Amino acid sequence: MAEAKFKPGERVRVVKAYPAGHVRTPFYIRGCSGEVERICGAFANPEELAQMRDGLPPQPLYRVRFRQRDVWPDYAGPVADVVEVEIYQHWLEAA
Amino acid sequence: MKDAGKYRPLSYFQLMEVTLRELLVEKGILSEEQIDAEVENMRSRTPERGARVVAKAWVDSSFKKLLLQDGSKACESLGLDLPGLKLVVVENTPEVHNAIVCTLCSCYPRMLLGIPPDWYKSRNYRSRMVREPREVLKEFGLMIGEEIQIRIHDSTAEMRYLVLPMRPRGTEGWSEDRLAGLVTRDSMIGVALPDSPGKTA
Repeated sequence: MAEAKFKPGERVRVVKAYPAGHVRTPFYIRGCSGEVERICGAFANPEELAQMRDGLPPQPLYRVRFRQRDVWPDYAGPVADVVEVEIYQHWLEAA
Repeated sequence: MKDAGKYRPLSYFQLMEVTLRELLVEKGILSEEQIDAEVENMRSRTPERGARVVAKAWVDSSFKKLLLQDGSKACESLGLDLPGLKLVVVENTPEVHNAIVCTLCSCYPRMLLGIPPDWYKSRNYRSRMVREPREVLKEFGLMIGEEIQIRIHDSTAEMRYLVLPMRPRGTEGWSEDRLAGLVTRDSMIGVALPDSPGKTA
């Protein structure tokens, strides 16, 4: 299993990339910065599984918390509102 | 309305389902009986299972602690069989309101809530719930004050989510069974609150 690079509380940014194929990183969150809420464990990479490969080594999976204002600059609700998304490690970089 | 017996061709997805099912049986990968048993199994999963978990958490603080730490393990301790479910339970408090969506498809804690409602799978809900959650919740009839943080959970990968709603006021001394009767499916998705005690008493 790949080692977990980030710890809860650390700032991370989602890679802004647009690869073809089956990807579990939603478009709206690419390029956004947030904070690691927890490490969910490590799982076979779904992008590889979709290609009938084994997806190993397992990729650490994080829940990342984003402020809505950082995701949608015109978000109409309170500043405190957040959205949390599960992101695999290879989609994250230190922010 | 009574079906007048008019011929209606199968839709694309109905046809695909029939084709796949017949092929699986024909090739001996699954039997008709196995498929029927699984369909029956899916139908037997209803939101009452989730309601039982919530009611237990309301009356038993050590269970609640475990539920928030490791949702799957806590449910197993109640004797619920949840094959493959990696459950994260998120707690509503006077400061935080949680709600669940899957923007990529329609991931849903089926083991605890059964088959998802159609609106959960709609493009409208899936795209707007992360963009303007307060508006969407208003359409469900749920007004969340500006002083309360909204926390939306997009279940994009391996985990499944369940909202632990706040126990309604006026239910002191109630049994677990009676409490479970207040816990609606929608309150465990986060688009509603549990019923109030007056409603079912």
